[in-house]
Amino acid sequence: MSGARCAGANQDSQEQDLLKTFYFGIVLGIAAAAAFVYFYPVVDQHREPSLIAVLPNGGNSESFYIRLPGDRIMAGVSGSTEATPSALDWPEYDFLVNMQTELFKVRNEKGVVIGVASRLSGTSEQHGSFVEWVVHLPARGSMFITMAANPSADGYREGNLKAGTREFLTLNGAIIERFVNEVDDSDSDDMGQIELVTAFVGLAEELE
Amino acid sequence: MKYLITLLVGMVFGVAVFVLLLYYNPFVGNPSVSPLAVSELDLADFSYSLVARDSIAFTNDGESRIQPYPAKVLQLWEPAVKKTRAFVTVLTDSRGQPAGLGVKFSSDSETTRLINGEALVDSVWHIYSPEHGTFFVDQTENFWPYLHDIVVPARLSGGDSWRGSWYRITSVGPGALGIARVTGGSGVFADTEAEAVESITASAYSAITGPVAMTGNLTITLPRQE
Repeated sequence: MSGARCAGANQDSQEQDLLKTFYFGIVLGIAAAAAFVYFYPVVDQHREPSLIAVLPNGGNSESFYIRLPGDRIMAGVSGSTEATPSALDWPEYDFLVNMQTELFKVRNEKGVVIGVASRLSGTSEQHGSFVEWVVHLPARGSMFITMAANPSADGYREGNLKAGTREFLTLNGAIIERFVNEVDDSDSDDMGQIELVTAFVGLAEELE
Repeated sequence: MKYLITLLVGMVFGVAVFVLLLYYNPFVGNPSVSPLAVSELDLADFSYSLVARDSIAFTNDGESRIQPYPAKVLQLWEPAVKKTRAFVTVLTDSRGQPAGLGVKFSSDSETTRLINGEALVDSVWHIYSPEHGTFFVDQTENFWPYLHDIVVPARLSGGDSWRGSWYRITSVGPGALGIARVTGGSGVFADTEAEAVESITASAYSAITGPVAMTGNLTITLPRQE
């Protein structure tokens, strides 16, 4: 009789231990999932090393390249029959008549795609002529660049960094845009490339 | 052995409880009242359709639910731009009349923290408006409420779709109160800074093709005329 009671008591104790283990497992599961969600990067953008040259004034210079026509995602001009891509249905509104809108992929000096860019250019009676770039590098940030409306005698255009985000937030400086007809790579079908050469200094460096 | 199995079953149960807590966390969510509602400045409203086929051009990595548009548009398949979307659209004013052209780039943000109810996207707009000139808008957007209220229910529904009436502000920064930053290029905005808030109004979504009836709205404070 006492043996049976003892066996029953042992079974109760074992069930209680199993229940405690189960509860402990729940707490451990919640903690493990929380730690995983907190520490594991949900988004990890691919990074290419920044190919930056240091300038004598302590600033830095970097060049971005756009191969044409291969890197042109979209090009829209009113009245033009040659849109990119060919199936593009460019809207014919009056306010877009003197405007050109282009989207590109952007490469670094090694020719690796590191971002995308938009180039808006146009002329309006109200706002005059403008040429602007937005360069968006997902792993680093974005730049808003306004260029001179007219190119220099040497064929390039100068501009300024108007605004930047993340890596470019505190930078200030100049940008040169130029079109280079020839590309070194003889195997390429490219007609040429657009070069964007930046020369930036940080705000702190500028104050010194 | 049975203790180990019990522990593992408990842990699986715990992970499931955590996922449910994360999904039904009542303390997260974007506001539905614009912080610009109390601004004393004049506001400009720009609307656009979030349906890819309504845009002039839309592209992504080509493997997502939303297919690039139009045909043969370059896809962003390279590793550095794989988590980026680009689209060009006509913006309309509050009366539905064409009011400008907008280019938007948006990339999944590395600051995303699901535990805080944040599915963040870094996005920038490059806009030309014949009335106001050109300007640049940079912001961080939170798409967690969008995923929670629209995308997940659409996936779970038998018809692979969602229908309803939904409105949320997506802008959560970089400014105070979740306001986006505007930098002028030419025209009214030349050499000025302003503020903006972006929102989404949705009424239909397909788990197979993406947004079906959905509009975005960008509200911008206009610089004070001296």
